[in-house]
Amino acid sequence: MRVKNADPAAIVPPRVAVRTWVAIALFTAFALVPVLAGWLDDPFLLVTATRIVVFALAAMALDLILGYGAMVSFGHAAYLGIGAYAVAILSSYGITDLGLHLLAALVVSAIFAAITGGISLRTRGVYFIMITLAFGQMAYFFFVSLSGFGGDDGLTLRQRSTVFGQPLLENDLALFYIALGFLVALFGFSAALVRSRFGRVLTGTRENRIRMQAIGFSPFPYQLTAFVISGCMTSVAGVLLANQSEFVSPAFMNWHRSGELIVMVVLGGIGNLTGAIGGAIIALLLEDWLAVLTQHWRLFFGLFLVLVVLYAPGGMTGLIRRIMGRAP
Amino acid sequence: MTSLFLLQLLNGVQFGVLLFLIAAGLTLVFGIMDFVNLAHGVLYMVGAYLMAAFTMITGSFAAGLLLALAATLVFGLALEFLVFRRLYERSHLDQVLATFGLVMIVNEGVKILWGTAPLTVPMPTLLSGSIPLAGPLQYPVYRVAIIAAGLVTALGLWLVINHTRIGMLLRAGASHRSTVSALGVNVSRLFTLVFAVGAMLAGFAGAIISPILSVDTGMGESVLILAFVVIVIGGIGSIRGAFLGALLVGVVDTLGRSFGPILLRTIMDPAAASQTGRTLAPMVVYILMAAILFARPAGLFGRNTS
Amino acid sequence: MSVPLLSARNLHKAYGALQVTDDLSLEIIEGELQAIIGPNGAGKTTLIAQLSGQLRPDSGQIAYEGRDITRLKMHERVRLGMARSFQITSILPGFTMLENVAMAVQARSGSSFRFFGSAARERALNEAAMAALAEVGLEDRAHRIAGPMSHGEHRQLEIAIALATKPRLLLLDEPLAGTGGEEAEHLVALFRRLKSRLTLVLIEHDMQAVFALADRISVLVYGRIIASGSPDEIRRDPAVRAAYLGEEVA
Repeated sequence: MRVKNADPAAIVPPRVAVRTWVAIALFTAFALVPVLAGWLDDPFLLVTATRIVVFALAAMALDLILGYGAMVSFGHAAYLGIGAYAVAILSSYGITDLGLHLLAALVVSAIFAAITGGISLRTRGVYFIMITLAFGQMAYFFFVSLSGFGGDDGLTLRQRSTVFGQPLLENDLALFYIALGFLVALFGFSAALVRSRFGRVLTGTRENRIRMQAIGFSPFPYQLTAFVISGCMTSVAGVLLANQSEFVSPAFMNWHRSGELIVMVVLGGIGNLTGAIGGAIIALLLEDWLAVLTQHWRLFFGLFLVLVVLYAPGGMTGLIRRIMGRAP
Repeated sequence: MTSLFLLQLLNGVQFGVLLFLIAAGLTLVFGIMDFVNLAHGVLYMVGAYLMAAFTMITGSFAAGLLLALAATLVFGLALEFLVFRRLYERSHLDQVLATFGLVMIVNEGVKILWGTAPLTVPMPTLLSGSIPLAGPLQYPVYRVAIIAAGLVTALGLWLVINHTRIGMLLRAGASHRSTVSALGVNVSRLFTLVFAVGAMLAGFAGAIISPILSVDTGMGESVLILAFVVIVIGGIGSIRGAFLGALLVGVVDTLGRSFGPILLRTIMDPAAASQTGRTLAPMVVYILMAAILFARPAGLFGRNTS
Repeated sequence: MSVPLLSARNLHKAYGALQVTDDLSLEIIEGELQAIIGPNGAGKTTLIAQLSGQLRPDSGQIAYEGRDITRLKMHERVRLGMARSFQITSILPGFTMLENVAMAVQARSGSSFRFFGSAARERALNEAAMAALAEVGLEDRAHRIAGPMSHGEHRQLEIAIALATKPRLLLLDEPLAGTGGEEAEHLVALFRRLKSRLTLVLIEHDMQAVFALADRISVLVYGRIIASGSPDEIRRDPAVRAAYLGEEVA
């Protein structure tokens, strides 16, 4: 055997490094936001930052299946809603513990994802998009019909989740850092996941499904598992979102919300986790900024989306690559 | 009970016919161009708004309808020319994103032009009133007219698709996309044509429903998603599938909402039945979709994707 | 007579009115290299697709070591020891050459439901993958992204991927198509080496290669096998000459 590379087993793919550094830079910047808010004496900055962190988490979860698994789920807002309603419904029965809220959110999401994913994943392409959208809408109508929990109007939380009996999250700063902690931890989890054996099967299936079958893989169980993991992660974002806004409503799971999550992932650049976080920052800041300028901000946001698709394919990651002179 | 059933059945058929008008163009766009168009519901909404505007200006239902149809067609062609034709070769994800952007633009544009208050369109006198159905039962003439218009359109589409050269190309294109270009057909003109017809049908649906529904900005979205359900059930690219799927969804949705609670009352106490019925009724069509997909992943008349 | 490694009996497959596999029966004996030749549109690729499990025949049976595998899916047949290459190159374009092959090694070594630990650092996967790459002569390009590589390199890579699944039976669908002089020679030499340890089914248009390599040749025309035998028998068969070979190998 003429192996030129002395130790083939020692190879680490170099493609990971840059993104991880960008992610670390973003996390550091997030961690410093409270300091900035203190200097500027702008408490609203912290609220905005918390929202961004929460949606970054949801977008990253979506990227796990959309970017790495080529599964364009258009119903992911359902999991945000499941997480949010886990907080609201349990709290209304006097169960306020964050751990239990998370547990309930994870269990319900896992079941919902396993059932709807199991059906959706029998199809691909346009079908998959439409079916996930339809299931998302089904979840939406389900929560609309829960008249005991506010129905269409939603319901205001009496208090935020408690941690070991302590009303820790009532402090906005604590909530922000806990949300950021979840984002960083789940980023680490996702980054490990995509590099693992499992992640490789997922990416391999995205690249060429038939090829994967021809070497002995059945894509379905891997895709379904990824779908469930992604749904569960999104529901964690939902739990945090309910705490941040102290209010839940079916509007959390409207199909526009699912669309916005896709927007975030694509704006940042799909299939690298960091991009989804960047995309959430861009999308939410742009929304806030446009909303200050005009009440018809959706018109301009929509225009922005169309222009990005037509003239900046690959989102921010693609743009950066083109600027740096690399093929997208 | 029987007469109520008959009434709701007719309402279901009328809703189904409406869904068919929306889904017919959309399923061809999906099937032939493999193009995800979230903005199709917007055309339905624009059709209704234009109808409201033109009937007000002209004071005539017929003139308003004709003008609204023409204007929706122009609007659809403008969208195709400006945006869609640049997206046919792109990934589904890009198509989702760009058409999602269009939904935001048009929804907001409509709000700017017509405000947020719902509009109403007067019922044409010729089609107002009711006809006797069975015994003392009456049914609005206008709804009958909608059903008739939908069925005539379906028949027309069926004739075009099964008995003309363009229809032959459409059928070939929907099942084997690459063959159409191999036949030496100007594909981009065919796409534009399909798109234009789809836009006009959706606009037509919006226009004719406007006298019995309030015209507002959200109206395109709920029907869009139900149209997706119709297409998924019927099978992408199949007009026949869209027709049966639409009737099925229309009837099941309507009957589920009115009779679900009544049926549940036979197995549980009234209060629980009413709550469970309200919860389940809007979900019935999605459960139906899931069940059909479970048995036939490509829909009732779809080509197998796997 | 011993049980053939792979046998197909009375296979039928139609696309609409077009009968692409028409009552086809076939036996692959362990250790032999059987070539399947035939004009374009004879149904060769469709046959491979049915043998490998990508397509289900309309009727008929396929057996592997005497066991009925007609209803097994492609990935299940791979686990029994069947591997294939594709007529139109099928690789993971965004992966490196090594990763492409390591993926195939991973498929047969342990569970892939492992969520932690870098697959790229698994020594066992990389070493086996490297060995398969070396077998086809690609070891020096192991860390290049596969997509942009040349057509010839893609053909070699496909063989390496198939070998990495450790097959007993290898189905090759026009592996030489589109390769030129030196590349083709290289692949033919490789197949000659593989012959000694694998059972091979070779679909190929390159008659020189087919007659040099094959122990047995089956001729497929309009979905039917019209002749089957040693290269010499096929060369002499008047029906084959009339239907297909013409003056090519006279």
